[in-house]
Amino acid sequence: MTRWLCVLALAGAMPTMPATAQVGAVPIQPRQPVALDMARLDYALQPRQIADDVWVIEGAVEDFSRGNGCNIINTGFIVTGEGVVVVNTGPSRLYGEQQRRAIARVTPEPVVRVLNLNLHPDYFFGNQAWGDVPVQALAGSIAGMQAEGQNYATNMYRLCGDWMKSTEPTPAREPVVPQKLQLGSHRLELIRLEGHTGDDLLLVDHGTGVVFAGGLVFAERVPTTPHADVQRWLRSLDSLEALLPAIPHAVLVPSHGPVGKGKQGIAQTRAWLRWLSGMLEDSARRGLDLSEVLQAPVPAQFQSWAAQPAELHRTLAQWYPVYEKRALLGQMPNK
Amino acid sequence: MTTFLHRRAWLLRLGAAGIVAGGCPLAASAEDDLSGGDPLHSMQWPGLRKQYLGDAPMRFSTDVRVKGPAFADDAMNVPMFIDARPLASVGGGVARIDVISDRNPIREVLSFEPLRALPVLAFRFRMEQASPVRALVQTRDGQWHVGGTWVQAAGGGCTVPGNSRADGSWSRTLNQVNARFFNNVLEGSQRLRVRIMHPMDTGLVAGIPAFYVETLELLDAAAQAWWRLALHEPVSENPLLTFELPEQPSGVLRLLGRDNNGNAISAQVSA
Repeated sequence: MTRWLCVLALAGAMPTMPATAQVGAVPIQPRQPVALDMARLDYALQPRQIADDVWVIEGAVEDFSRGNGCNIINTGFIVTGEGVVVVNTGPSRLYGEQQRRAIARVTPEPVVRVLNLNLHPDYFFGNQAWGDVPVQALAGSIAGMQAEGQNYATNMYRLCGDWMKSTEPTPAREPVVPQKLQLGSHRLELIRLEGHTGDDLLLVDHGTGVVFAGGLVFAERVPTTPHADVQRWLRSLDSLEALLPAIPHAVLVPSHGPVGKGKQGIAQTRAWLRWLSGMLEDSARRGLDLSEVLQAPVPAQFQSWAAQPAELHRTLAQWYPVYEKRALLGQMPNK
Repeated sequence: MTTFLHRRAWLLRLGAAGIVAGGCPLAASAEDDLSGGDPLHSMQWPGLRKQYLGDAPMRFSTDVRVKGPAFADDAMNVPMFIDARPLASVGGGVARIDVISDRNPIREVLSFEPLRALPVLAFRFRMEQASPVRALVQTRDGQWHVGGTWVQAAGGGCTVPGNSRADGSWSRTLNQVNARFFNNVLEGSQRLRVRIMHPMDTGLVAGIPAFYVETLELLDAAAQAWWRLALHEPVSENPLLTFELPEQPSGVLRLLGRDNNGNAISAQVSA
């Protein structure tokens, strides 16, 4: 009998440990591979502490696949002393349930609030496990989850197979607005930016400097773009960068990519968006067909990123027809 | 559509072949090759060959370049690029290019007669499932040259209505044409890109009969055709077609065609 064991670049092999009584930021260590158990549908989620009271559960820096359980997102939680705040719930009901148990192994504090940072499936498909807790997102994100949840589910079941068992898209229930709030000893701030999707929520923990940057920042991974607006996204990256000096010892957690590389991710995401939009505009002016653009070489600096070239090809299929149409209608002069 | 009967026929043939080959599944001799020597290893190929090429001489050839995405992210708009320029000086040059997709419910995608254009064509089409996509290229001496590529797909592209059908907007733009020339995309050639607004209904969506552009040709001022195209149901909504003309035609060009309901397409194309 074959037992499928896939070695993943998941969380560090740090055993569960008390979340209290530590001072200062915990050094971010390189991640150790952790075995996920495909036969038992066990994601082997291992929370890793990155600052006082702040933990992340890291996904594979890859594209969705059955081999990685479609666990490619970084989720997290903050143990505030007055309850736990959870950030993102992963790609499936099973993930949400296992995330909940993993958090319970770290702290006895109850979870008081769950945040979905945007409308994409891996940010909220674990919400089923959090039915008794306020699950919040920006209003636009909730509307998007309601509108697109079934389509996501069709796609995720196809891509991820059994990992999706009994998952039903369950949008966040409570709209949340940008605000500052004090929870226990933690000064938290919810910030709304935009561009990766129509509504991108960020969570800043001012005491520790941890910024959950959601989908605005991708590190060493090709950004996903089904709801993106390049110009707004670039402006939001500027806004995010402008915030950082006011956050001492800022640690930026991207939703996709190595947690320790979050700050570089701002520059990486910006460089990618600029290259991509420039390349598409130039190709359309020259009269290239989508089939030719798909063959175009990718600059060396992006070649080693995860999800290359599948994610690039998805973006080209989504975006290039718009550029082609503008060129065809004479809205772009010949070069 | 006749493909259903054909499909049954080749399923029966495959079934019979399977019994013969089943006793020795690991043998990889040519006799056991159910794909008839197809470089893409598709068991549909022997049936397709019989259906489309009959007993005419054919060869698989890298002179027929077929480029598509490894994975069709948008199964309603799968971009394909066909380039048979290496055959321009073979067998009197290219007479026609037939594009088929083995595993589509409607396999015929289009037929292209390059005439005075280069044997190069880009277009988009709908895929119902992952499939080989092939260009069957006939040179004027009657010889067929076959190239192809595999396109993986989640599929479903043939059985959902296009955007303009779903929102009803197709009727306001039916058969409108946008066209534009681009210079030197391929060295020394004029590229013509044409978009025709048309819902291109496959007939495979409940309650929506097949409705698609059937013919299209480019005529010069002397009414000489530069290329001719026969389209079939799988060509994508609002077809976007890319042609290569080796020289700039002089005077006013006309794009003429009609759909299967008899609606005319007629537009001037200026360089």
